[in-house]
Amino acid sequence: MEIFELTIHELHEKLKAKELSSVEATKALLTRIDAVEERVNAYITVTPEEALKEAEAADRRIAQGEIDLLTGIPVGLKDIFVTKGIRTTCGSKILHNFVPPYDGTAVARLKERGAVILGKLNQDEFAMGSSSESSYFGTTRNPWNLEYIPGGSSGGSSAAIAAQEAMATLGTDTGGSIRQPASHCGCVGLKPTYGRVSRYGVIAYASSLDQVGPLTRDVKDAAIMLGAVAGYDPMDSTSVNTPVPDYLAGLEGGVKGLKIGLPKEYFIEGLDPDVKKALDRAIELYRALGAEIREVSLPHTEYAVATYYLIATAEASSNLARYEGVRFGHRSEAARGLTEMFAKSRAEGFGSEVKRRIMLGTYALSSGYYDAYYLKAQKVRTLIMQDFLKAFEDVDVLLTPVAPTPAFKIGEKLADPLQMYLSDIFTIPVNLAGTCGMSIPAGLSAAGLPIGLQLVGRPFGEQSILNAAYAFERETDWHKKKPAL
Amino acid sequence: MKITRAEVEHVARLARLELSESELDTFTVQMDGILAYVDKLNTLNTDGIVPTSHAVPMENAFREDTLKDSIGVENAVANAPKHAESFFRVPKVIE
Repeated sequence: MEIFELTIHELHEKLKAKELSSVEATKALLTRIDAVEERVNAYITVTPEEALKEAEAADRRIAQGEIDLLTGIPVGLKDIFVTKGIRTTCGSKILHNFVPPYDGTAVARLKERGAVILGKLNQDEFAMGSSSESSYFGTTRNPWNLEYIPGGSSGGSSAAIAAQEAMATLGTDTGGSIRQPASHCGCVGLKPTYGRVSRYGVIAYASSLDQVGPLTRDVKDAAIMLGAVAGYDPMDSTSVNTPVPDYLAGLEGGVKGLKIGLPKEYFIEGLDPDVKKALDRAIELYRALGAEIREVSLPHTEYAVATYYLIATAEASSNLARYEGVRFGHRSEAARGLTEMFAKSRAEGFGSEVKRRIMLGTYALSSGYYDAYYLKAQKVRTLIMQDFLKAFEDVDVLLTPVAPTPAFKIGEKLADPLQMYLSDIFTIPVNLAGTCGMSIPAGLSAAGLPIGLQLVGRPFGEQSILNAAYAFERETDWHKKKPAL
Repeated sequence: MKITRAEVEHVARLARLELSESELDTFTVQMDGILAYVDKLNTLNTDGIVPTSHAVPMENAFREDTLKDSIGVENAVANAPKHAESFFRVPKVIE
């Protein structure tokens, strides 16, 4: 087995046993990046010098007997995380030259544990998209088939796992941006409960929905990464001060008596037959393992996409007002006067999907339309949340598809934004409800593209979905399949 | 029509976003389609429903007003397209 194929926990054992050094592992990953990056384009910025310095520091720590689960482990970060001294673009021209003066909390926590940062990963511009095609830095391609999208917006983070260009990555999820790319690239992706991980130093898209989470090769690694970044942070007033369990120690993998709900609104006509087959097989496996399968209802599911595209765009229009060419980022040279400079800098710096969402959000918040659109959406959000709370009175976790289809072809949905938005129908409700969900590998389509299944837990119920995922993973080998890249 | 081209132009001004003629055309059609789609929310009765701004119930987070280190002026202006000493430089505001 190649070094770059290892999981976090496997590499950790080798580092601990001194069979391998972090410098050797980091070099193996950097060589792998060099070999495949031209085809995949998972990274916006690779930082080999900094990575090797961090790896040397990790090896010194290990030599002193100071080893943590993440010490010396090479990881990648979505380019939405601000990193001190390392360019951070959020996939946008408007931030093409932005070098942050500080590390965000999630990044700082990984570094404190001794993780090695390999670089910054591609994404849809400002995390707005489901395909990673809206990046200013080119499309990331799906390592399973280079003609296909890797999912989005954390498409670089999922492609890097599938192409073995990082051992684990961090992404963000506002409407499915961790779970959908994880599903399309055959890796594990976890979106924690809102408030579980600090958003300090994460470039904001929709602040009431954004969450940070890991993409990994297996469930154990997801537990390790989540445990490292979760927890209260005074720098994020929406982070919740509730204890972080030892997720890894809590993985016992039994689902006997676990009540698993199947929301009937998610098993609809139009679900791809290969996705349906993978889900049916998973349900049978859980039943065989002793779980109790029940049908539940989330009656407001069909309103989720509309609700999301009003709330998320409204929040985005406000968050993205800061990009005006004064304090950081791109400034237009063509402008006369201050107001024109704002309008031209934004026109030149933002891509079309970002402009479209700023326009929608500005409209939804504008005088005369606020009640009809934004306030209405917030009220429907309450109904969607209540659906989940009610379902969780009867069951412990929900099992659903992640996306209605496997990955689609590059370019296929670019002309019709609404069709692109509708591909997030099964992930968006979880963000609106603020609870946790994860995608785990559960099959391959006839065309050889990965298919994920989604497990959704109660608020702060990350342990229960990790455990259910672990039970599935122990009985299957989908997570071990690798693309022939 | 849910939205007219003139309204799209007005919203672009509010958003401080200079759009080309062809962008205005495209966005008028696309926003019209999206607004027609989100209209489905109006089929739901939401009388008496409390709006949700955050999924996790939370109160204002207060902290002591104590002096702490900051990033400093040099770092604060380092990313500015134009700056002079501790100031951001912008085009003349008053002619």
